[in-house]
Amino acid sequence: MSAHADTHAHDDHGHHHKETFVTKYIFSQDHKMIAKQYLVTGTIMGVIGVIMSLLFRMQIAWPEQPNVIFEALLGKWAPEGVMDADIYLALVTIHGTIMVFFVLTAGLSGTFSNLLIPLQIGARDMASGFLNMVSYWLFFLSSVVMVISLFVSAGPAAAGWTIYPPLSALPMAQGGSGTGMTLWLVSMAIFIASSLLGSLNYIVTVLNLRTKGMSMTRLPLTIWAFFITAVIGVISFPVLLSAALLLIMDRSFGTSFFLSDIFIQGEVLHYQGGSPVLFEHLFWFLGHPEVYIVILPAMGLVSEIMATNSRKPIFGYRAMIASILAIAFLSTIVWGHHMFVSGMNPFLGSVFTFTTLLIAIPSAVKAFNWITTIWKGNLQMNPAMLFSIGFVSTFITGGLTGIILGDSALDINVHDTYFVVAHFHLVMGISALYGMFAGIYHWYPRMYGRMLNKNLGYIHFWVTAVCAYGVFFPMHFIGMAGLPRRYYTNSNFPLFDDVSNVNVIITIFALIGGAVQIVYLYNFFVSIYYGKKTVQNPWRSTTLEWTAPIKHIHGNWEGEIPHVYRWSYDYSKPGHDEDFVPQNVPLKEGEEELQH
Amino acid sequence: MTALLTIIVLVFILIAIWQMVKIFDLAQAKSGGDEIPGVATDKDNSLNGYLMMGFLAFIYVITIVSCVKWGDLPLLSNSASEHGPTIDNLMIISLVIIFFVQTVTQFLLHYFAFKYKGEKGKQALFFADNNKLEAIWTIIPVIVLAGLIIYGLNTWINIMGVDESDDPIVIELYAQQFNWKARYAGADNTLGKANVRLIDIDRANILGLDEADPNAQDDIITTELHLPKGRPVLFKMRSQDVLHSAYMPHFRAQMNCVPGMITQFGFTPTKTTAEMRATQQMKDKVANINEIRVENSKELIAKGEEALERYEFDYVLICNKICGKSHYNMQMKIVVEEEEEFNAWLKEQKEFKNSLIN
Repeated sequence: MSAHADTHAHDDHGHHHKETFVTKYIFSQDHKMIAKQYLVTGTIMGVIGVIMSLLFRMQIAWPEQPNVIFEALLGKWAPEGVMDADIYLALVTIHGTIMVFFVLTAGLSGTFSNLLIPLQIGARDMASGFLNMVSYWLFFLSSVVMVISLFVSAGPAAAGWTIYPPLSALPMAQGGSGTGMTLWLVSMAIFIASSLLGSLNYIVTVLNLRTKGMSMTRLPLTIWAFFITAVIGVISFPVLLSAALLLIMDRSFGTSFFLSDIFIQGEVLHYQGGSPVLFEHLFWFLGHPEVYIVILPAMGLVSEIMATNSRKPIFGYRAMIASILAIAFLSTIVWGHHMFVSGMNPFLGSVFTFTTLLIAIPSAVKAFNWITTIWKGNLQMNPAMLFSIGFVSTFITGGLTGIILGDSALDINVHDTYFVVAHFHLVMGISALYGMFAGIYHWYPRMYGRMLNKNLGYIHFWVTAVCAYGVFFPMHFIGMAGLPRRYYTNSNFPLFDDVSNVNVIITIFALIGGAVQIVYLYNFFVSIYYGKKTVQNPWRSTTLEWTAPIKHIHGNWEGEIPHVYRWSYDYSKPGHDEDFVPQNVPLKEGEEELQH
Repeated sequence: MTALLTIIVLVFILIAIWQMVKIFDLAQAKSGGDEIPGVATDKDNSLNGYLMMGFLAFIYVITIVSCVKWGDLPLLSNSASEHGPTIDNLMIISLVIIFFVQTVTQFLLHYFAFKYKGEKGKQALFFADNNKLEAIWTIIPVIVLAGLIIYGLNTWINIMGVDESDDPIVIELYAQQFNWKARYAGADNTLGKANVRLIDIDRANILGLDEADPNAQDDIITTELHLPKGRPVLFKMRSQDVLHSAYMPHFRAQMNCVPGMITQFGFTPTKTTAEMRATQQMKDKVANINEIRVENSKELIAKGEEALERYEFDYVLICNKICGKSHYNMQMKIVVEEEEEFNAWLKEQKEFKNSLIN
């Protein structure tokens, strides 16, 4: 296989000089360029998503108060500077959609799967460069459609990111369920096509294009994570596509898949025999695996970065792979825990409680393995390492409350309250974002040939870390006090007045945390041109991507692809002069490869 | 104008960051050394190691402050339904486990990050695997979770299983954008057939009852939910337009209302509204809320608006599934009273057959 890859790559290399601006920077088929395209698009979407969250946080803290920022950004949706209730729901909806799909799925997985799979397994490029390019451009198109939907006259989709029908199906139920929702669905359909093309490419590449000596048990954990993520994506995204298509049918062609017996605005609609609960099943059959699609790549990146910066092998390599597999398997049979009070049979609720709580076991194994990895290490506190430690911290804090939400009996009273918001933001929002930041700080030199400024990185991390806890920790308590999420204002419920001051504190932390991202954006964009030049292997890492030339070339390596002789975690191995032994260094005479 | 100001502020921020970077660079150039630019030095390792301990302290402080300020569990006041205490117990057990694990693991993580901060020439331990350790942290969670699963499922089954032999009073909760109605089954304790297709606004048949169904004749439709204390209630939920969720937090009860199907949830109220108001915990809570409201009213009065009303505790039914523009104000008052009071109240309400307009 690798011989074939070699000849293929030499062909590529021959064409290298014929590249034009368009084939190099726009319609590029090079995985490294596509990775950067994903990252920059994801970053832009991320900025939009975060600004939206700050807007609705301000509304929650200071309800119905005029604000010049609202007036400037929301236009007709903020008459006299007071945010409208419809646009509040739209902001919540689009914030969720953008962050989950466009930033933490495409931005995270798209960037790092593309960058690292070929470089770390020793391949010239993805199995299909063309499909890879199509995948990115479909993602770009879906981003454009989603952004356009913000400017529709009746407002963007506003039924929550879960778009449960009938609310999302009936334009008379809500302004945003007209053209805004149509565009949302079209955008998601394109997004899913993009995601599937990407995932298939990742799977095929990992299975077929590994260099000589790179057995599956020598793969870095990043690759294992990307690989399994792609498998989950291929299994679950088509189900969301079917849900979206059926919803489009109900909305535009008069079918009744999800709708039945509806009387709204003085008239009975013709729908009969459908069930919104069916939509919930289809949605969460993707929706729950989706959180693992988001978190697994982050886990992979963090495992790799922690080992490198601890100068120690990752602890429990086999257990780490086993837990990824266990999580992937369980992730497809737990979706019903989002539906304990949906009206489905309570017996099903029991089954889903059981499977859901089981997921805590592989998650605990991973957390303890990370902690043991840094034990007795020689920790290099690079910004990437700080974000990785931060990841483990928020993953534990957020993950633990999962044993409350996964327990159907307890879910009755905290379902859809701020407790849920706190839980998932910590465990998959903030954690995945930390994983992404860690990856960016770590592989930035590999992407741009320059280093990010580490001091700005430290400021970025510490302020973000404090604010993340400041925002989401107190939120658990408002949730336990019974406050429902997605409320435009709580002023109609004096019952919750005693927690209203908490909302002000949360918003202040959110504003500071949002503002400090400017430091990161500055660092990112300015360093592309003015950052300090990198050395070949700045983090003294063992994996193959650091053996490729700093300047990007088509085909990744001049000459032959390096062969692999050992696993990727030979840090501080006794009997070597350096505290790391790259994977392409043959075993010394008499040296044994670790039995793993 | 605002746009211009925003741009100016942004430019200033960027310049400030740029200057900050220059200062960092100068300071580091002075300390010299052969380090690679952008890679942590021993000094960075040490500083960030200490910050890790500081951060651990921050996590503990925010936990303690949150618990002291807002952690008077159960936050909603003691439950007012028969099954409520079992949920509250399970919740408190889970919280204690979480609190313990959180405290220990966060300590290990941050303390190790501090203790093993890197130094040049230090050797890390080559420690790649240990089956015994892996077994320990697989088996311990298995045991703890097994306990939680068994307790949890037991509780869940008890709550969700409706025992018809208890002779529950049957009440329909009817949801629509953006209000609630309750329908009592009347003397026959059987709800009349209904479908939204039968709604006839002109005849005031607002819930779509089957006018020909004998069971429907004595049904009673109200806009306030009254419940007798100590009697099992079986709620049948319906929605006429979109998904809603009937959330009654004080009774630890919630179920979605789904158009096209009937969902159900049952519980037995154990405290009347008056009894709940008289508990010390609720008195404190209400006093606290009223203090806040007086404080907020001062601001409102200064702006020339009306002051907020004094708060008195009432049970509420809240919509807890996003349902459109006024989702945030979809509620119904719940009154729990002694059975005689309840019966007296019910007698005053109009039966369906008498409420129709011909």
